[in-house]
Amino acid sequence: MAEMRMRDALREALREEMLRDETIFLMGEDIGLYGGSYAVTKGLLEEFGEARVIDTPIAESGIVGAGIGAAMGGLHPMVELMTINFSFLALDQIVNSAAKLHHMSNGQIHVPMVIRMASGGGSQLAATHSHSLEGMYAHFPGLKVVCPSNAADAKGLLKRAFRDQNTVIFIEHTANYAIKGEVPDDPDFLIEFGVANILREGTDVTIVGYGGSVHQATRAAALLEEQEEISAEVIDLRTLQPLDMDTVIASVKKTNRCVIVEDAWRFGGFGGELASQVMERAFDWLDAPVARVACKDVPLPYNRNLEFAALPSEEDVVDAVLGMFKE
Amino acid sequence: MTTETTSPAGTSLGAEQLGKFLYEMMLIRHFEEKCGELYTKGKIRGFLHLYTGQEACAVGSMAALEERDKVVTHYRDHGHALARGLDPNRVMAELFGKATGVSGGRGGSMHLYDVSKGFLGGYAIVAAHLPLAVGLGMASNMKSEGYVTLCVFGDGSVGEGEFHEALNLSVLWNTPTIFFCENNLYGMGVPFHASLSTEIPKLAAAYNMPAVSVDGMDVIAVHEATNKAVDHARSGKGPYFIEAMTYRYRGHSMSDPELYRLKDEVEEHRQRDAIERLKTQMMEAGQLDEARYQEFAERVDQVVDESVEFAERSPQPGIETLYDHLYKEPSDG
Ligand SMILES: Cc1ncc(C[n+]2csc(CCOP(=O)(O)OP(=O)(O)O)c2C)c(N)n1
Ligand SMILES: [Mg+2]
Repeated sequence: MAEMRMRDALREALREEMLRDETIFLMGEDIGLYGGSYAVTKGLLEEFGEARVIDTPIAESGIVGAGIGAAMGGLHPMVELMTINFSFLALDQIVNSAAKLHHMSNGQIHVPMVIRMASGGGSQLAATHSHSLEGMYAHFPGLKVVCPSNAADAKGLLKRAFRDQNTVIFIEHTANYAIKGEVPDDPDFLIEFGVANILREGTDVTIVGYGGSVHQATRAAALLEEQEEISAEVIDLRTLQPLDMDTVIASVKKTNRCVIVEDAWRFGGFGGELASQVMERAFDWLDAPVARVACKDVPLPYNRNLEFAALPSEEDVVDAVLGMFKE
Repeated sequence: MTTETTSPAGTSLGAEQLGKFLYEMMLIRHFEEKCGELYTKGKIRGFLHLYTGQEACAVGSMAALEERDKVVTHYRDHGHALARGLDPNRVMAELFGKATGVSGGRGGSMHLYDVSKGFLGGYAIVAAHLPLAVGLGMASNMKSEGYVTLCVFGDGSVGEGEFHEALNLSVLWNTPTIFFCENNLYGMGVPFHASLSTEIPKLAAAYNMPAVSVDGMDVIAVHEATNKAVDHARSGKGPYFIEAMTYRYRGHSMSDPELYRLKDEVEEHRQRDAIERLKTQMMEAGQLDEARYQEFAERVDQVVDESVEFAERSPQPGIETLYDHLYKEPSDG
């Protein structure tokens, strides 16, 4: 075990996997000379050389497409798209090629590739640069979607992503990069996809989050305990596709209440999917309608006050929980 | 494709015009330096991309435009905004996120807009605005409005499909679009020769568009090239491509550790400084003296100080405005 930030844990995962498997190579915008926009790939160019750490032009569609081709040719590429905001330019390749080739070719082709990107709002980057699209990617059958909330998970999940034979969309919330945690150094440390993490046990309400929103959920749980004597169970989904609904349902059957927290827009968001599944599988156990705490349905503004007003906060989570206990 | 160098001695521009160029470049330089300071104080937040070093590009090109013309640019947009005549107070207020800002505090540094000045925006997604500039050209043609669109972007754009799509469309549809590429040698940390397999003007030439490469640290050369481009586009001959060779003195953004270049390289390019160059030329030609230069420096100081004061005392946008302008309503007029 060693204490490190999430960005360092991610780098450890990349290093270890590249040492393990020679077919793995990295390509992306500013991952080499610049050291990575969020310093995740810092030092890897020096260690592995230009053949395996490739600085690309600004050409999202081109590099994802090339990644797909390289995967079809027997390599295991990791494509870094810098931020999720730029992945819109690569969406056709991700959705129409990477996600579909295996199925459409009747299993003859598969696309083992990891696409990493930074995501999320809260840094005053304004509307074009603040997207949370985890749920959007989970919407497309054929993709796996991973969104770690802490350093150890980041490492275990990223290593696991390279053991997968499919395209894994690996989404890193920028607010999580600097968070420190204890990280195992066992080179075989993997975290299985589709296994949610119960971060905190509780009896009165289940709060579900993923990626960045896990932290609003845990802070809210602490406030609820201190100020209201409400015991909240907090679940970090870790992966949206595959989705560990069994853990959520078991928790809701125990607590009888469920609040979903996400950074993405509420309308048509992933929270709606979760709420439906809770309703379908635990309707008779619910003491209150499932609540969603999410981003207001507006493009995120630059101004700090406006941006904070739009994003979900721990106070919003607390309010949602308290609302469930009112007659 | 031709490469032009303009001899400053050969310019027909008078002392007044050159003085205006010098003043505007000094204003942008000082404005940007102040922004850098304010960023470290937390007054400006988000991503901030400073324009120092590239001033001649904005000043020389914008001066070739008429009031009716349109401008779209990338996220390194303060210089273009100021050179296009946007109010420095309202630009600074935008950087402070204030309600009086040119985008009401919603856009910030990367997304400045002032439609009253034909300034249709800073675009933060690389190359996103190139097709928009083609569409504006279609509108100008179809409505016979006679305006041209100056579309400014960095060398990094050439890797994107939209760059190529836009160039092709503009020639096919004969739009009055001026593609103005500020080649500052880097797209973030990637040297431009590592992102392009050929030279930039050759790309434009391949799409059958006239293309020139000019010294982007020479405001006169930039201006004369843009004049030609504007004449070409306005006379119905279609798009025109300018590559301006320039350099940014600061990091890509405020969070750039600049691991990809040496301090010496920056120093070398500072020797080509556009402001110093024009100042020297004008002094040698007897068009400027130390007193006039000092006058400029003081005025620039004043304008920038005032913009900061204006931004400081401006109100925050109210939380109740969060949902404003999501859709244009009939009642908006
Ligand atoms: C589509 C897209 N991909 C990546 C980015 C991240 N990014 C912002 S600026 C930049 C470099 C652009 O360089 P260049 O076009 O040369 O302009 P300069 O910054 O040098 O003015 C990159 C990669 C982005 N904004 N948009
Ligand atoms: Mg550049």
